[in-house]
Amino acid sequence: MAMLEIRDLEVYYGMIQAIKGISFDVNEGEVIALIGANGAGKTTTLHTISGLIAPKHGTVTFEGKDITKIPAHKIVYAGMAHVPEGRRVFPSLSVLQNLKLGAYTRNNKDEIEESLQMIYKRFPRLEERKNQPAGTLSGGEQQMLAMGRALMSKPRIILMDEPSMGLSPIFVNEIFDIIKQVSASGTTVLLVEQNAKKALSIADRGYVLETGRIVLEGNAQDLMNDESVKKAYLGE
Amino acid sequence: MMSFISYLLNGVSLGSVYAIIALGYTMVYGIAKMLNFAHGDVIMIGSYVAFVAINSMGLPIPLSILISVAVCTLLGVTIERIAYKPLRHASKLAVLITAIGASYFLQNMALLIFGANTKSFPSVVKMDPLKLADGQLTISSETIVTVIACIIIMICLMAFMKYSKAGHAMLAVSEDGGAAQLMGINVNATIALTFAIGSALAAIAGVLLCSAYPSLTPYTGAMPGIKAFVAAVFGGIGSIPGAFIGGILLGVIEILGKAYISSQLADAIVFAVLIIVLVVKPTGLLGKQIQEKV
Repeated sequence: MAMLEIRDLEVYYGMIQAIKGISFDVNEGEVIALIGANGAGKTTTLHTISGLIAPKHGTVTFEGKDITKIPAHKIVYAGMAHVPEGRRVFPSLSVLQNLKLGAYTRNNKDEIEESLQMIYKRFPRLEERKNQPAGTLSGGEQQMLAMGRALMSKPRIILMDEPSMGLSPIFVNEIFDIIKQVSASGTTVLLVEQNAKKALSIADRGYVLETGRIVLEGNAQDLMNDESVKKAYLGE
Repeated sequence: MMSFISYLLNGVSLGSVYAIIALGYTMVYGIAKMLNFAHGDVIMIGSYVAFVAINSMGLPIPLSILISVAVCTLLGVTIERIAYKPLRHASKLAVLITAIGASYFLQNMALLIFGANTKSFPSVVKMDPLKLADGQLTISSETIVTVIACIIIMICLMAFMKYSKAGHAMLAVSEDGGAAQLMGINVNATIALTFAIGSALAAIAGVLLCSAYPSLTPYTGAMPGIKAFVAAVFGGIGSIPGAFIGGILLGVIEILGKAYISSQLADAIVFAVLIIVLVVKPTGLLGKQIQEKV
């Protein structure tokens, strides 16, 4: 049994069908890349998994439990964190306040403090700026904060939506290094990216989404060598 | 000079009531992003409940206030649940019109139950006024209690926002409701709690207001409600200290305007000051301006 199982998911925005029956699995410990062009339905898929949108058909099963109809705020307690597109940090709250809100589902103060120190170790920049309003950070720093905030809930799986969007190449590399570290420390990662090359380079497996359908899936290495993927997403 | 100080104290007292009401406005606006125009009428209902408890049922005053607070809390949460929650994703205009509708509903309900006759509200403060400067300056006990109550409420609220988990949830929802959900925060429960706190404060404001100005009618809450809204905007809507400062300033301006300029023009002066503040500083006195880097 996979850690996260998506079955026959169909999502509508009013009359428009955004997701047209997709199924896929994420196994524990994997890094899965969900790639595709703008409007392919990547973000919608993540929103449906984390409970922000309700699907019309299909199920989402996490660690054997059907979470399809569970509201987003309860899914966090189940051990799933979602780093949303555009980071969505709380702009006028300090970096520290943002991180503490990430641990909202936890109650043990000592353990929270321990996690905070671990986040600071992983993102030294956040410690330097811990008292600064999050809105004043650079894009890359905000992305780090959004990731750190999600990790503060001690998730077993983390969904990341376009973490490299709008970042300078240096930051893009840094962010992907961090994703690798997060994965190495035992957290399962479901990564949505337009930067297919980067995403596949750190992923175990990948799914290619096109206008609401999965058109291709496989080993990340194989997808990178696939002629159609190369042509459509890798710019080769 | 003594009369000036006396006017000033009256202003601070009235302003404290505005501040308590404004806190309800500003918290609901900050967290639910809506203007709850029925807030003033919750004050009126709270005053009627206290009036009935004290006068008709002969209950002790502290118990009557508690009942009033409980009824208003329930009323606020109910209004939110029935009238506002179904409109969570509707346009702002629809929510605003609904709020105005809820306001008229409460006024007419009070008219139906309690009648249009003015009720004379008994003061809940049974203490002797404080006489200072050889009796030249008299401070009414209502003034003292109102100002102290306002300061205590203010301190408690700020501590609540700073130290409690529910307070942190409120801050998060006010910044970004969607992201707050992803932290595990129940946005609907947080909004309901905000209405509960705001409405409980409205009950206290109603009792204090009617103790100082004893005539109670179904429209008693309307004007103070609007002025408290002005106070909240004046101080910077969404800001708790802003509501406090805005309320006090508004009360002082109103009473001094009445005393020294014209009692007919006092309300006009209040609103003129609001316009000037908004022209000079559109976010209000303490409104936050966020510098965002993209």
